[in-house]
Amino acid sequence: MRIKNHPILEFPQEEEIAFTFEGKSVKGNKGDTIASALSALGIMTLGHSIKRNRPRGFYCAIGNCASCNMIVNGVPNVRTCITSLEENMDVWRQKDKGVIK
Amino acid sequence: MIKKECIIIGGGPAGLCAATMALAAGCEVLLVERSSKLGGQLTKQTHKFFGSKNQYAKWRGFDIAEKLISEIIDHPKLTVLLNTTVVGLYKDQVITVLSGQKYTRYQGESLLVATGASEKFLAFENNDLPGVYGAGAIQTLMNIYGVLPGKNVVMIGSGNIGLIVSYQLIQAGAFVSTIVEAAPFIGGYKVHASKLVRLGTKILTSTTVKRAIGKDHVEAVEIISLDENFKEVPDSSRIIPCDALCVSVGLSPMHHLLSMIGALTKYIPELGGFVPLINDHFQTSLPPVFAVGDCVGIEEASAAMMEGFLGGLYMSEFLNKKHPNHDELIEKYEKELFLLRDGPYGKKIKAGLKKMEDANQYVE
Repeated sequence: MRIKNHPILEFPQEEEIAFTFEGKSVKGNKGDTIASALSALGIMTLGHSIKRNRPRGFYCAIGNCASCNMIVNGVPNVRTCITSLEENMDVWRQKDKGVIK
Repeated sequence: MIKKECIIIGGGPAGLCAATMALAAGCEVLLVERSSKLGGQLTKQTHKFFGSKNQYAKWRGFDIAEKLISEIIDHPKLTVLLNTTVVGLYKDQVITVLSGQKYTRYQGESLLVATGASEKFLAFENNDLPGVYGAGAIQTLMNIYGVLPGKNVVMIGSGNIGLIVSYQLIQAGAFVSTIVEAAPFIGGYKVHASKLVRLGTKILTSTTVKRAIGKDHVEAVEIISLDENFKEVPDSSRIIPCDALCVSVGLSPMHHLLSMIGALTKYIPELGGFVPLINDHFQTSLPPVFAVGDCVGIEEASAAMMEGFLGGLYMSEFLNKKHPNHDELIEKYEKELFLLRDGPYGKKIKAGLKKMEDANQYVE
């Protein structure tokens, strides 16, 4: 959910950035990170834990905790909370340790 | 390998202030920051700072960041690497940085670590459910990206960060129904707590979270009362509906890079946990390596800035490029640091610094 009215901050309408999440076309804003764009879309599960397959969400926002690691353009373990969103990015939930190609 | 005079790791308040002084002294600076912008935690701080004029009192955090950045960003001797994480620190001040998929090595004649802190976590059932957030993460989502993480929030922890983030959630349009605090008293400033109570937030002391409830994301939280020994009071369980649970139980210094090169560290609870030992020139046990800000002890951003200025000055002196007004500036910023720690809230920090001083004597 995007904040519309704020007593101190202004959030002007930003240019939209199209990308795909789990194969579906979605939109974020210019200036977003991948994780902030997904959060604004109400997507809370960003991946699953390796052993017990438990859902993982946004946690630290500083690239420290690995909870938001996702597969971006085929690359696993991308820290989506500190990675800027770019046009046509292909974003998938990660369920394993990731494979180095 | 690319050689640089000074390498500064971390572009938050401490790193920016250190860079300011090193550049003013004539040093060449490489500033490495893992996020996409400089300013660190300042960029999401919408509240006005306390303190004196030199500590940017009455300025909002993000305005301070903008000022510090604008003063150095066009300096010809400054190189800034954004979206770049230092993943390795080695002897002889060598760092390996990762930017996208590419690794690069740099070597500094001197190196200053200003990596800041990360949030502490709390053990409870289902603490890994989506919808459980660190307080800093909520601040970033709301105040930088304009995204509200939930409409009905429960906060764990009533320190200043817990109180301020609760207030900022309300400003952004959310409802903060409850703040739980395990201690029998509110941790932060009463002025913040009173403001929240007036806005309808309940602050429950001697209370903690037992578990988060929900299948794929947080839908409610079970809280319990604690007795004077922090043990659960029987039959005190209550369930509060919420769509976000915010963990604000303190910060822990990010000393890890320094541990990679064997810089001496010590566990000092008053400073937030393991911290590198530094002397009064902000030098670690490996002299060309300096450390400032929250990574050597958790304090306010104002203190991180003053330490940054001091660290930058001492690092320039170490490189035989003493700032023309070195003595005067050292005196000024030392005095500011002294004033910042000179209240009832500075007692803990001072006790921690005393332990640091004692440990240093033992080392020498």
